[in-house]
Amino acid sequence: MLRIENLSAWYGEAQVLRDVSLEVAAGEVVTLVGRNGAGKSTLLRCVMGLHSGQRGTVELDGRDVGKLPAHRRARLGLGWVPDDRGSYATLTVTENLTLPPRVGPDPWSLERVYEAFPALYTRRDSAATMLSGGEQQMLALARVLRMGARLLLCDEPTEGLSPLLVQQVGDLLREAKRHGVTVLLVEQNLHFATGVADRHYLLAEGRVAEAMDNSEVRSRERELLAYLGI
Amino acid sequence: MSGFAQNTFNGLVSGAFYALLALGLAVIFGMLRVVNFAHGAFYMLGAFGAYVLLTEAGVPFWAALVIMPVGLGLLGMALERAVIHRLTRLDPLYNFLLTFGLTLILQDLVKLRYGVQSSPYETPSLLSGTVNFGLFDFPTYRVFILGFAVLLCVAVWWVLTRTRIGMVVRASTERPDLTRAFGIDVGRWVTPVFGFGIGLAGLAGVLAAPMRAVNPLMGADLIIVVFAVVVIGGLGSIFGSVAAGFGIGLVQAWGEAYLSNFPIVSQTIVFIVMAAVLLWRPAGLFGREEAPA
Repeated sequence: MLRIENLSAWYGEAQVLRDVSLEVAAGEVVTLVGRNGAGKSTLLRCVMGLHSGQRGTVELDGRDVGKLPAHRRARLGLGWVPDDRGSYATLTVTENLTLPPRVGPDPWSLERVYEAFPALYTRRDSAATMLSGGEQQMLALARVLRMGARLLLCDEPTEGLSPLLVQQVGDLLREAKRHGVTVLLVEQNLHFATGVADRHYLLAEGRVAEAMDNSEVRSRERELLAYLGI
Repeated sequence: MSGFAQNTFNGLVSGAFYALLALGLAVIFGMLRVVNFAHGAFYMLGAFGAYVLLTEAGVPFWAALVIMPVGLGLLGMALERAVIHRLTRLDPLYNFLLTFGLTLILQDLVKLRYGVQSSPYETPSLLSGTVNFGLFDFPTYRVFILGFAVLLCVAVWWVLTRTRIGMVVRASTERPDLTRAFGIDVGRWVTPVFGFGIGLAGLAGVLAAPMRAVNPLMGADLIIVVFAVVVIGGLGSIFGSVAAGFGIGLVQAWGEAYLSNFPIVSQTIVFIVMAAVLLWRPAGLFGREEAPA
């Protein structure tokens, strides 16, 4: 579904991605792990089309989307879940949910979203930034599900959440996967990652250092945690 | 008592002009991050256009009230496509140079043809005379301006808060990049929003023609106060610009009436208020600190 080949990216003079190549098959959940500054978020931004200053190939369903602006990529089925949750202060919760157009074959209805997230329903007319951090994370995920996005790009969706909410995010991603949604996930929480994902890429200094499956991550957990500095 | 009512009423009428101009500046700044110093020139063009249409083609006020905003809105859209859009990636100084330069060009083009003397524009017959609401005789035309401006502000507010277009404009204003990532072509809305803001300035100009002296510098005089209004309301805040517009109209009218013994104060009261507001709230009354992109 997603194929990245020889992707390099810069912030000004500083190169943050070096010839990254990776693939995510349809229906897979794949995580990117790595230290802060390894280039994980930049990689997601490159896929979304939000980073200028890149070279290499980004293919979606075999189509080169490298030259397409972000809004065209979204309409091809990319769902953006940014690390700051992307809540709009000037939009109500309902407006935050209905802002993106429906792009995929299986979008959630607003009713379904509110059934799954009663907390969002009770706050539906409030400004989205008035929600708690956890609620805003649910809003960010619910928004791309309502869009019907086929490939979710999630940047640390569990960061700063309580264990209970982390579990909810996991349930949600697993349910999305059951419905055929593909996920590329930046994640520092290895327990969470092995619980929802099929495969993992370890990014180090802008390169793909290793590709691992769940059993490998579990067996090397200590070593990886020490490496990640957590 | 009737003196106070009269001052208040006149303050609200001047405030209506401030509000219409500040509203246009606010939507333009919100969407483009461009401070349009040429806004006063478009107000002047609205008034002058109405005058020229009447004297040279016999086009009445009511037709000018439609023709000028639409025409200037289209001109604004053309200017946005031709030059304004280049400002987005440049230092804000270029924003000032370009839009201020546009002001000088537009003003001098009008001067070249019509000179600097003021031209009279007759109040449309339907709106001449006065209405009496009990306290004193209100000039009908001013009552019309106030009602029309309030209606227009309410309509803009309704569109912005209750329609899908308004939602897209709000989202694009708050976080343009994020909004692109949600499948919305933010760039497509920039030109129409700029044209809309310019159209509002033109409309205010047509409304001003029958009660203000029509001359090439009428916009330059007004726009200084309008910028104070925008800063007080909070740059980019729609509600703030309208509220501050009417508020400053009132402050100015009351200042002129009750502080006339202190001309230094009454003539600078707008800027005294601005300084006080900025000390208290640096982002303006209804402004928000810039959110990260």
